[in-house]
Amino acid sequence: MSKPQIVKYKMPESQKDMPLGPSSEAGVIIEPNAGWRVMKPIIDNSKCVMCLKCWILCPDGVIDREKGTLEIDYNFCKGCGICSYECPQKAITMVKEGKQYD
Amino acid sequence: MTNQNIVSSREFLNGDEAVAYGARLCRPNVVSVYPITPQTIVVEKISEFVANNSMDCEYVHVESEHSAMAAAMGASMVGARAFTATSSQGLAYMHEMLHYVSGSRFPIVMMNANRTLAAPWNIFGDQRDSMAQRDTGWIQVYVENGQESLDMIIQAYRLAEHEGIYLPVMVNLDGFVNTHTYELVSIPSQKEVDEFLPAFASKNAVDFNNPRSYCMSASTEWNMEFRYQQHEAMMNAKKVIESVDKEFGDKFGRYHGGMVKEYKCDDAEVVLVTTGSVSGTSRLVVDSMREKGLKVGLVKLRFFRPFPVEYFKGLKSRVKAVGVIDRNLSFGYEGAVGSEVKSAMYDSCGSPKVIDFIAGIAGRDIKKKDIELMYNKLLNLSKGQKEEELQFIGMRW
Repeated sequence: MSKPQIVKYKMPESQKDMPLGPSSEAGVIIEPNAGWRVMKPIIDNSKCVMCLKCWILCPDGVIDREKGTLEIDYNFCKGCGICSYECPQKAITMVKEGKQYD
Repeated sequence: MTNQNIVSSREFLNGDEAVAYGARLCRPNVVSVYPITPQTIVVEKISEFVANNSMDCEYVHVESEHSAMAAAMGASMVGARAFTATSSQGLAYMHEMLHYVSGSRFPIVMMNANRTLAAPWNIFGDQRDSMAQRDTGWIQVYVENGQESLDMIIQAYRLAEHEGIYLPVMVNLDGFVNTHTYELVSIPSQKEVDEFLPAFASKNAVDFNNPRSYCMSASTEWNMEFRYQQHEAMMNAKKVIESVDKEFGDKFGRYHGGMVKEYKCDDAEVVLVTTGSVSGTSRLVVDSMREKGLKVGLVKLRFFRPFPVEYFKGLKSRVKAVGVIDRNLSFGYEGAVGSEVKSAMYDSCGSPKVIDFIAGIAGRDIKKKDIELMYNKLLNLSKGQKEEELQFIGMRW
């Protein structure tokens, strides 16, 4: 699956380095997933039957099947939960990101 | 095939037409305009040029002034030289886009006819429309007559597209007095203007080989640095205004004075600061008062942004009192130019003696006797007599 490359953006170090007005190179991702994921999908490969429904429906195309089992690229997953909702085997659970509090 | 082999000539033109002739000589790729009130003859004349094949540009009619500026910005974003024109309520309607254009650093040139804002509105001269756009990040120049209008459109592109500036420029003409009255105007040849103003090679353009993302938001961590960059460009413009005007003078024989133009100020005891068309009338009054032995002078303020702070700092020690003719009014305080002049002359050695004259509001004539009255008040102030700091001249009652 082809995904956008994460290009290291060189942050300005002085006023001289600032771009001319608010513009930047297009087609680059400065930070993966921009840190906005709240819920993280976890695949239970023992339940997965490789029907690939999640692979087709993932809006960001972050589910890889190259290794024979499905893997999620958490650098790009936004945590929308479509994969978990659509999985006929209930093999994908959504888990809250970060530290868990009772 | 468009024939743009314009030879130099002298034509009897009004200020609007002079702007259109100036714009044609600058070869803008795109002219985007809203054609209905309060639009001026400028765009009517340009449409005539396009129709008779004497101007080669994409002429775009849009549905509002807001869209006119947005279209000009889109054109500039792909590297085109863009021109537009507006007036009063139209400029007010553009307000949001003025910020987008200056912040994104697109060197667009716009003519604005200074007219009375609503309400009650009219089509006569009043500078409150553009003075109210002070903080939009546009370079603002105020011109006196048709010739200066044409010349400044050409100079405006040189300024706007200067490597150290990349800011939009607004050329302001007093409504009616400048826009609709006729005079002989020298039109330079296309060849001369091409030599002075080369084709626009934008350093802020997007293309297929250099894809970029524009007008993005910038967080608290970065936004202030973008603002500083705009300020720096505006400050750089002060030097460039001077050098471009000098170069223009050398080439075309008309030097307009850079940021300000003095008249009989060398030994003057009191001076009046004017903007735009009233400068001509004021010079006549200076001459007649000089004949009576009164030491009066005139300072024509040409650029409102950037503001010639250094000039006014130096003026304080040269004269005893300064008057400002403000053809605008900031309700609840005073005129915009008056405030700037006072603040520029402020230092720790006492306050300057300044009278802010509010005159010519909504196109009311500023008569010679009004200007003479102002000078007499300044002379009184210079002799230690008391004068109000803010005065309305030429009121009905």
